[in-house]
Amino acid sequence: MSVNLQRAFPVAALILPLLLLAGGANLLGNQIFERIVTVMFINLTVVLGLQMFIGNSGVSSFVHIGFMGIGAYASILFSMSPQDKALALRSLYEVLKEVQLPFLPSLLIGAGVAALVAAVIGFPLMRLSGAGAVIATFALLVIIHVIFINWEEVTNGPRTIFGITRYTNLWVSAAWGFVFILLAYGFKETGLGLRLRASREDERAAASLGIDIVWVRWVAFVLSAFVVGVGGALYAHFITSFSPLAFYLTQTFLVIAMLIIGGTGSVAGAVVGTVVVTAIFEGLRAAENAINLAQLFPETLAGFTEVCLSIAMILILIYRPAGIMGGQEFRWPRK
Amino acid sequence: MFNELLQFLINALSLGSLYALMALGLAIVYGILRLVNFAYGELVMVGGYTLLVVGAGPWPWLGVAVLGVGMAVLTSLLLERVAFRPVRHASPNTMLITSFAVSALLQNAALLFVSPRPRAVRIPAIFNENFTIGGLLISQINLLTLVVCLALLGLLTLFLKRTLLGMALRAAADDFTMTRLLGVRANGVIATAFAISGCLAGVVSLFWIGRIGSVTPTIGLTPILIAFIATVIGGMESLTGAVVGGYLLGFLTVGLQLLLPQELLDFRQAFIFGIVILMLLFRPQGLIQAGASREKV
Repeated sequence: MSVNLQRAFPVAALILPLLLLAGGANLLGNQIFERIVTVMFINLTVVLGLQMFIGNSGVSSFVHIGFMGIGAYASILFSMSPQDKALALRSLYEVLKEVQLPFLPSLLIGAGVAALVAAVIGFPLMRLSGAGAVIATFALLVIIHVIFINWEEVTNGPRTIFGITRYTNLWVSAAWGFVFILLAYGFKETGLGLRLRASREDERAAASLGIDIVWVRWVAFVLSAFVVGVGGALYAHFITSFSPLAFYLTQTFLVIAMLIIGGTGSVAGAVVGTVVVTAIFEGLRAAENAINLAQLFPETLAGFTEVCLSIAMILILIYRPAGIMGGQEFRWPRK
Repeated sequence: MFNELLQFLINALSLGSLYALMALGLAIVYGILRLVNFAYGELVMVGGYTLLVVGAGPWPWLGVAVLGVGMAVLTSLLLERVAFRPVRHASPNTMLITSFAVSALLQNAALLFVSPRPRAVRIPAIFNENFTIGGLLISQINLLTLVVCLALLGLLTLFLKRTLLGMALRAAADDFTMTRLLGVRANGVIATAFAISGCLAGVVSLFWIGRIGSVTPTIGLTPILIAFIATVIGGMESLTGAVVGGYLLGFLTVGLQLLLPQELLDFRQAFIFGIVILMLLFRPQGLIQAGASREKV
């Protein structure tokens, strides 16, 4: 019994407080707070997806927010009603015009498309590490963004797409968050996850043990793209109107800040980082709004929150480069 | 036909020179620290905002330009001291993410302290003038870019090949540990690399903003992307490679503009990035491979 409890502890220690938080937000009935917690859970899915790849492989990736966008755009193509599509996506292909599926299949298709794109571009990409991987994944983020802006038929171009039905709510996003906490933790502990982490520690030593580094990285890349794609689909059906800019550098910065501040090395790091950064972010945002409302300065204040967040990130990188959690999971306290 | 070719050549050479400077500024720091400096683009932004603020005063443009370059150099040195030196011994990933955070910090500081909207910058009159020789329309900014960039490349080459500090810099790019063992101060060499990088970014900002006419907080994004592409094409670890990559990219950009059909022109950026990825896959060391860059096991 106690052995099982100890094994379940690292995950339970993450899920139970979040469950309390979600329940509290639900009971409180404060719309703004409920909204903040919902967005936090959506971001959590994206951060967990990123952690599964970056944390276990040690390879940086800037392309994942592009996968989030693919998940968002691909899912709404199936979830929107033909009438809404006629209004929001005027030049949509005939085949897609009449299609309408329920939320869950649309979400899974969206995430599936993201995973498929990752599978195609990932296979050659996974040979790279270090500076090459950084530049290549950043280049891919820009490519995906350029495609979003110019592929008018499915994205409405650079303009905002609107009229999406809101399916995502607090409990839907929380449920996906919990599923992915379990998945990310489980993935870490599988044989493949272990081999991937071995390649993170020392590429050559891992290769000499017969680990196919490109293959294990590829599996993690595709899986993480799927998770991030789910996050994108959840986001699209919560925010209900967005443009390609929602999936570009601002979101990349936010998600990377969450992962770095929490620590890339563990699932607990991803969760703690998401919660902490959300708290800081919303606190600063509220301060920013209060200052703007009081009209202390002649111009409206913009960027204050991000300035503080980037300073926090730099300080963490200097003084605690492995993040708040230091790459550790929560452990059963020893007597 | 001949005239058109000559026109193309001048445009491509001018743009290529500018791109070469952008790439060189990134490569010189990468060569020594193995740091892909995301904040490099923001140095161009700092130069641009200096032009905006100082340019509003009564001083002649040349003085304003010198101040702009000076501010970029100072910022670069400051960033090295405050942000990059403390993480120098951490993993390359930590350094990289630090530069990403610094980039976000500078961008948002500009948003906070100046304005999110584009601000028009005073441009000297000669930047907008054209002249014709034998039926050939030449814009002075193109010619000026070409001349200044070539002069700067020449000066930098002289510095790297003929001065002690320059030689120490090249040696450090080849093998930093060995260079330090021979008595070269690490801090000095690294600071020099950052100063050169800042200087190049400052000069880039003069011409880049001279072309656009205004400055925004996100103006550094395109230069950094161009520097990424050019260094990957030319070879991440070779300074010659960066320059070659810059010129190639200049020719490619102007060429695609002429050759691509209108409806594909919007995707030009995607095409160029596609080339980067192909390059990374099939010739990851770039066109020009630096002497000691091959990994030793």
